[in-house]
Amino acid sequence: MATKKKNNTIKLNFDTVRNYAPALESKSAATIKPQYDLFINGKFEKPLSKKYFSTINPSNEEKLSEVAEANTADVNRAVKAARSAYEKVWKKMAAKERAKYIFRIARIIQEKARELSIIETLDGGKPIRESRDFDIPAAANHFFYYAGWADKLEYAFPNRNANPLGVAGQIIPWNFPLLMAAWKIAPALATGNTVVLKSAETTPLTALKLAEIIQEADLPAGVVNIITGGGETGAALVNHTDINKIAFTGSTEVGKIIQKATAGTNKKLTLELGGKAANIIFEDAALDEAVEGVINGIYFNQGQVCCAGSRLYIQESVAKEVIKKLKDRLESLIVGDPLDKNTDVGAINSRQQLETIQKYLKIGQQEGAEKYESSCALPQKGFWCRPTLFTNVAQSNRIAQEEIFGPVLAILTFRTDDEIIEKANNSPYGLSAGVWTDKGSKIFNMTKRLKAGVVWANTFNKFDPTAPFGGYKESGYGREGGLHGLMPYVNLSNK
Amino acid sequence: MSKTISVKNKSNSQRLEVLKTYKIYIGGQFPRTESGRFYTPLDATGKKLANVCLSSRKDFRDAVVVARNACSSWGNRAAFNRSQILYRMAEMLEGRKLQFIDELMQQGSSKIKAKEEVALSIDRLIYYSGWCDKYQQLFSSVNPVASSHFNFSVPEPTGVVSIIAPQSSSLLGLVSVIAPVIAGGNTCIVLSSETKPLCAITFAEVINSSDVPAGVVNILTGKVAELAPWFVAHMDVNATIYCEADKAMQKMFKEKSAMNVKRIFFYDKIDWTKEKGQSPYFIFDTQEIKTTWHPIEPIGASGGGY
Repeated sequence: MATKKKNNTIKLNFDTVRNYAPALESKSAATIKPQYDLFINGKFEKPLSKKYFSTINPSNEEKLSEVAEANTADVNRAVKAARSAYEKVWKKMAAKERAKYIFRIARIIQEKARELSIIETLDGGKPIRESRDFDIPAAANHFFYYAGWADKLEYAFPNRNANPLGVAGQIIPWNFPLLMAAWKIAPALATGNTVVLKSAETTPLTALKLAEIIQEADLPAGVVNIITGGGETGAALVNHTDINKIAFTGSTEVGKIIQKATAGTNKKLTLELGGKAANIIFEDAALDEAVEGVINGIYFNQGQVCCAGSRLYIQESVAKEVIKKLKDRLESLIVGDPLDKNTDVGAINSRQQLETIQKYLKIGQQEGAEKYESSCALPQKGFWCRPTLFTNVAQSNRIAQEEIFGPVLAILTFRTDDEIIEKANNSPYGLSAGVWTDKGSKIFNMTKRLKAGVVWANTFNKFDPTAPFGGYKESGYGREGGLHGLMPYVNLSNK
Repeated sequence: MSKTISVKNKSNSQRLEVLKTYKIYIGGQFPRTESGRFYTPLDATGKKLANVCLSSRKDFRDAVVVARNACSSWGNRAAFNRSQILYRMAEMLEGRKLQFIDELMQQGSSKIKAKEEVALSIDRLIYYSGWCDKYQQLFSSVNPVASSHFNFSVPEPTGVVSIIAPQSSSLLGLVSVIAPVIAGGNTCIVLSSETKPLCAITFAEVINSSDVPAGVVNILTGKVAELAPWFVAHMDVNATIYCEADKAMQKMFKEKSAMNVKRIFFYDKIDWTKEKGQSPYFIFDTQEIKTTWHPIEPIGASGGGY
């Protein structure tokens, strides 16, 4: 596979296609009903809107199911159920009992992990390897972690009592559907709040499966309500007057609208918004590992990750070598059927998102950057984008400034520490960043000066229920995960 | 001729008082407002307090520039050093107690109340001086992640904070909102109480003689209604603090804060004279939590995603 060249660098040879036998995960291990209603007050209820919309498999555009479109009246019903459950049941329940319900949900997710992974991949287009090894176990772990907090809140905030807020309205994105539901619901329940959660328009299915799990766990009716719909449903939830808390994960654009909409109300708000992470490679870094980290940083989940390492800064002295390695590695990524266990890069989540990505590919070229993409074949049907990188990118280029939310890497170079800090922090976003260097003092110098809520040093895209996650600046506020993730769901009062 | 007058004055034991010009405080200097405007707050009896700078949007913008420039040196300074500087502020305030008591009385306070307010303000600075190198341990965590990584979260200053100081509490309110913000390593631009601005400017003199680097605290005087929208709309301000219960104003703050996802805090239910008027949670408000990851094992063995 490898031929050794004179200058002692190894060139991988992909002329002969490395054929992997297809290793398809079986759809039969998952049950998807032809139609889903709204999960309100512990039951699946027909929508008052009487409307349903289809959800499709983005890798082949086949319809998977149809789900209810909640209108304002439906949102009202859900909030009413959540309020009643809060007042009558949940806030009165002993904290240790609350904990056990949440533990139960974690356990059932683990039991149904395979089914959930398959549905996540079918509905969202992400590789089964990612939903199986990351999304679903991480979702279960998140419930398990926060379950344990429920009866320990008096230890979380010194000299303060942590009181629940009431009803939390939660809106989640389509890139990690079940995991984002877990990130939202688990801390809210642990702190004694009840929930109305709206799943994303293009990926409603695992949230509805979670509703079934919640039913199975015998969670008191109304404590968690799960509704489906698009932007209008979300707006109805945000504007509802009997909600105490809004938690939103999504674009900065919508986040700003929500922040504005909550003006003049007492709703507590947390936002987890967009990002344009700088991933920085110094000349003394372990370059092969750095290349792996960069690839994982930008092509994980087709780059549809708010904390994706979409701006790569390479120290000039090693830029040529790193770019070559990246191009080689790009070529070896397996793009195709998300259900195939060999697949590295799956389908783009929706036609709309694909169009956005394609718009940026054009912009990048118009601005004078050099585009390089994998030569892989793409399936005929579905929404696909080749893993792509741009070289000769200028700091001011839109592909280096704006969040693309796709498998598109912008590569820039730098010379000095001060220069790279200036460039990396020169962004309205501040969600995440990456640093690659073998020098310990340099790592801490960089991680301290980077204005970002999560900094990965010699690694990238790692997540854990115990590790707080969230942004600086226009990437939002509030943290999810860890002790800090409790804060957005409580009012602190003096002891 | 002039000799005669001075002799005459002396003989009547009358000396013409030197009135203080109250100027604003930007970047460690005391300029007049660039607008050249002034307003004249009155005391309770309707007597003129002083001609005070009616600061403009441009003054505020200038202050944001110097506050931003001061951010990294102040935020990266040793916490112990910040602690000493806040302590120094308390020392300076202690030494000038009488002046503040005098000004508070001019602004309508009784002597007892004025003494109390100054004493509380000094103690509040001492309180936050002590927190400068302690809140980090209170609000940070080492996170026991399941993978083989060393993982920790620490608070860091959010950046530039704009503050509309409490309107009714001229000195204590001002000190209570500035101290936690700068103890946490932020820099700030503060609009003083509109009707009682004297202490704010005199407090700027305390700051100026306490080794607080230029630009860390900037103090303007002027009209809340005029300046508040700019305080919250500026794109290079990270957080805004407003201390009144005015619902329409709060709505305006929240709406404009959305432009750059500004952090916004309403301290409208706080009695600054009480114990509840001070806490490390005020420091926490203008902090960001940063989580840092590093592999524990040789990175090649940590199992990349691909």
